[in-house]
Amino acid sequence: MIRDFTLTEFWVITAGLWATLLLSALAFVCGGIGGLGVALARTAPIKGLRLAAGVFIDFFQGTPMLLQLFLVFYGLPVLGIKVNVWVAAAFALTLHAGAFLGEIWRGGIQAVPLGQTEAAEALGLDYWTRMRHVVLPQALRMSFAPTVGFLVQLIKGTSLAAIIGFVELSRSGQLVSSITYKPLLAFGLVAVCYFAICYPLSRYSAQLERRLAVTR
Amino acid sequence: MTYQFHFAALLPYWPQFAQGCWLTLRLSAIAVAIGLAVGLLTVMAKRSTIAPLRWAAESYIEVIRNTPFLVQVLFIFFGLPPLGVSLSPNVAAVLALSLNLGAFSAEIIRTGIESVPRGQFEAGAALGLSPLQTFRYIVLKPALRIIYPSLAGQFVMLLLTTSIVSSISAEELTSVAQNVDSSTFRSFEVYIVTALLYLTMSTIFATVFKAIDRVCFSYPDK
Repeated sequence: MIRDFTLTEFWVITAGLWATLLLSALAFVCGGIGGLGVALARTAPIKGLRLAAGVFIDFFQGTPMLLQLFLVFYGLPVLGIKVNVWVAAAFALTLHAGAFLGEIWRGGIQAVPLGQTEAAEALGLDYWTRMRHVVLPQALRMSFAPTVGFLVQLIKGTSLAAIIGFVELSRSGQLVSSITYKPLLAFGLVAVCYFAICYPLSRYSAQLERRLAVTR
Repeated sequence: MTYQFHFAALLPYWPQFAQGCWLTLRLSAIAVAIGLAVGLLTVMAKRSTIAPLRWAAESYIEVIRNTPFLVQVLFIFFGLPPLGVSLSPNVAAVLALSLNLGAFSAEIIRTGIESVPRGQFEAGAALGLSPLQTFRYIVLKPALRIIYPSLAGQFVMLLLTTSIVSSISAEELTSVAQNVDSSTFRSFEVYIVTALLYLTMSTIFATVFKAIDRVCFSYPDK
């Protein structure tokens, strides 16, 4: 039976929007922690660490995000871990975000002038103190604009979780579209929701980039 | 861990995988050709003196860049038929990918053109060159040099994005993989192989693009 597009359908999409926001936040925070580790490993004085982080980054930047989701979704059960779609989607997106943020912040770390590290070394600061108080604050500030840019990419990327059956914004759009048979309205509304989240962030990122370009 | 990997079960399916790679490459190539043309037209519209054209180009770019590709594909494939435009999955896929690349490449091309100092255009005019000659002999190469790396990155990104059109069952590598998965039930192995095939393709293209960059644009700055 074809249903009308009522308030109920509207709430389905709102619930999806909420799930999208939650998934994005979770992946961004966990991915940020992982990304910090990846960035430090990629710039570490130990060759093996640098190599491992490089392979990790290359894999996630060189394969489709959809395949990464499939690999986690079908791979975790193999390792004996029972998964529901929440765990699979959050874990896959965390790995993805970790690789991309790691690469962005590596650029930031390497853009900090070498003299800063040398000065900190001359002052007798050890590796962790140097990173924590000298290098990272400058590196993260420099990579703030691309970080916000990646957040937009990540929010859009969460839509792919719909394909493994996670009910977020896109999936709720698909559901509403098939029960009301009003695909234009359903997908239009979904697109508006994404746009409302992503557009301000994109603008903010572009503005940050301009400001940084002026102060340089 | 008691899982036994059975990659051998996939061996009989190698022609399907090869076919899938070919379909993905073909789809990407078609989308790049159309998408670049769309991007160029969009830049021209955005730089035109007619305000509505500028607004249209601007809205198109922002809408595409700030919504997920999956939603764009679903919108085109499921949303257009009620308006009387029915597209096959493959055509819808090409349309969605081209429109997507068009918006992203338009932004890249615009920064390239804007990076060439005004004086260069004026110098061309002072030498008696026509606007087209100025563009061809003075502006084109330095602008290309600036946009080339981002454009090449965008092409590789498009190659990876094509996997999403499997959701409307257009023919490419990921949909082939899903078929193999449903006849072998070796999901993990199938998607490991598929991911590695994508990795191989994207690495080859990234390397080739970088080599072209070195050959064509490595002349000194001043």
